[in-house]
Amino acid sequence: MKAESSRPRVLPEVLPETEFYWKSGANGVLSFLRCQDCKFYVHPPKPICPNCYKFNLKPEAVSGKATIGGFTVNSQPWRAGVPLPYVVALVDIVEQKGLRLTTSIINCEIEDISVDMPVRVVFEEAEDVFLPLFEPDPAANTKGGTR
Amino acid sequence: MASNIMERNAAITGIGQSVIGRKVGRTGLSLTVEAAMNAIADAGLTPADIDGVSTWPGRRQEALSVSPVGAPDIKEALNLKLNWYSGGLEGPGQLIAVINAVMAVVTGQARHVLVYRTLMEATERPARGSDGRAQGAQAWLQPFHAYGAATFMACHASRYMKYYGMKREQLAQIPINSRRNASLNPKAVFREPFTLDDYMSARMVSTPFCLLDCDVPVDGSTAVIVSHVDTAKDRPKPPVFVEAMAGVLYGRDSWDQGDDMTTMAARDAGQRLWQRTDLKPKDVDVAELYDGFSMLSVFWLEALGFCKKGEAAAFIEGGKRIALEGELPLNTNGGQLSAGRMHAYGLFHEACVQLRGEGGARQVKDPQVAAVGGGGGMLAGAFLLRR
Repeated sequence: MKAESSRPRVLPEVLPETEFYWKSGANGVLSFLRCQDCKFYVHPPKPICPNCYKFNLKPEAVSGKATIGGFTVNSQPWRAGVPLPYVVALVDIVEQKGLRLTTSIINCEIEDISVDMPVRVVFEEAEDVFLPLFEPDPAANTKGGTR
Repeated sequence: MASNIMERNAAITGIGQSVIGRKVGRTGLSLTVEAAMNAIADAGLTPADIDGVSTWPGRRQEALSVSPVGAPDIKEALNLKLNWYSGGLEGPGQLIAVINAVMAVVTGQARHVLVYRTLMEATERPARGSDGRAQGAQAWLQPFHAYGAATFMACHASRYMKYYGMKREQLAQIPINSRRNASLNPKAVFREPFTLDDYMSARMVSTPFCLLDCDVPVDGSTAVIVSHVDTAKDRPKPPVFVEAMAGVLYGRDSWDQGDDMTTMAARDAGQRLWQRTDLKPKDVDVAELYDGFSMLSVFWLEALGFCKKGEAAAFIEGGKRIALEGELPLNTNGGQLSAGRMHAYGLFHEACVQLRGEGGARQVKDPQVAAVGGGGGMLAGAFLLRR
């Protein structure tokens, strides 16, 4: 069975501090707030770097590459009108350990999805936001994490 | 061990529950009053003796299924005169209300604190998936169809199972054990034992969880009376003493960010708990470990040191060790999986039942020490209780 994007989706409220994140996909890239001093990616956005306590934060694009930290094939109708089944995953962004997104895995066979599988971002435009979803990365030679 | 373990000056002197069921046709306040009056009477007290109230998470009009009754509601219903009271959502999981109550009595703010947790999840509509935009932390989750704990826990479980080689046949021992215990508990919601074959053929909810891995939403209320130990000798029932408690948050306050997907905040709560006592995991005679999903009990078994990281699958394999007659009887009332989702309070109540020797057909032989773990994900509160 195909892992496809299940719509409709609840869309995120866009706040001044998260607008860059939800619009970044318009340029085809995934961006996170990054401390310009210690280079720590800060997610979700905060007014200070919780790693070095500097205020020098700016959105910065990442590669869009990740690995699947964990996933679930959901067949429970939590919300009416959403086609089943669908795959929810927590993906580990390759740029920083522990930087992780809850997302959908699409564009592959559900049976082929596995923990540590390399994936890449693909954006789904919906009203005023670009949702970062993930699909298998054919070019990846990324090794999975250690746990 | 840390010095000045002040929680030892607190004891559980009374326990009580309302009727618990799938649809009991009662209001949340009515159930709360029933549980509270049962607990107060059990402690040999009257409402006039209660000078503190503590609850989690208080009343929230937008979420009446999980937050139906606030501290002021029970104060008004029982005409209490309160020296101290507290209710609110934020804290290290469900058991924060007990932790707060203990802190209130050991600091002299109150003598006898009524602690309760009421749920109306069988009757009230859950506050899930509004038609508006997802706000706050939900903005990172709901757009990707991650609406609740089942989804996050399932993702964590998938990683744990891959890295530690746990099979569903092993995980199954948690709900099978719970149902076996529930068959001996007249108050349990589901009492019919099931087999491994039943488990393996049950409807999948969210892989690796089937329906039998998920606890059962109910209406009901649980109450306990937390008193200063100085008052315990005057109570009719044997007191249950607090040996140690912990409710920490070292990692991220998030369902997805964080260092290690194969453990949870429970790990840190467990570490803290054992720093506050000379007792060791081997001294625990009965364990009541959160089982909103079967996998959470697995995380708690490792977090509290009953087995090493990654060894829980072997520990629960076959179910012998965690059975009533085993070395670590687990979720002896049927847990939330079979006795109903009382949000850790059913488990806390059961720990007291067992230490008092009131477990009837499900009574563990002469337990001296009980461990209670409450919560999942970033929420973790833990208690060591003793007779």
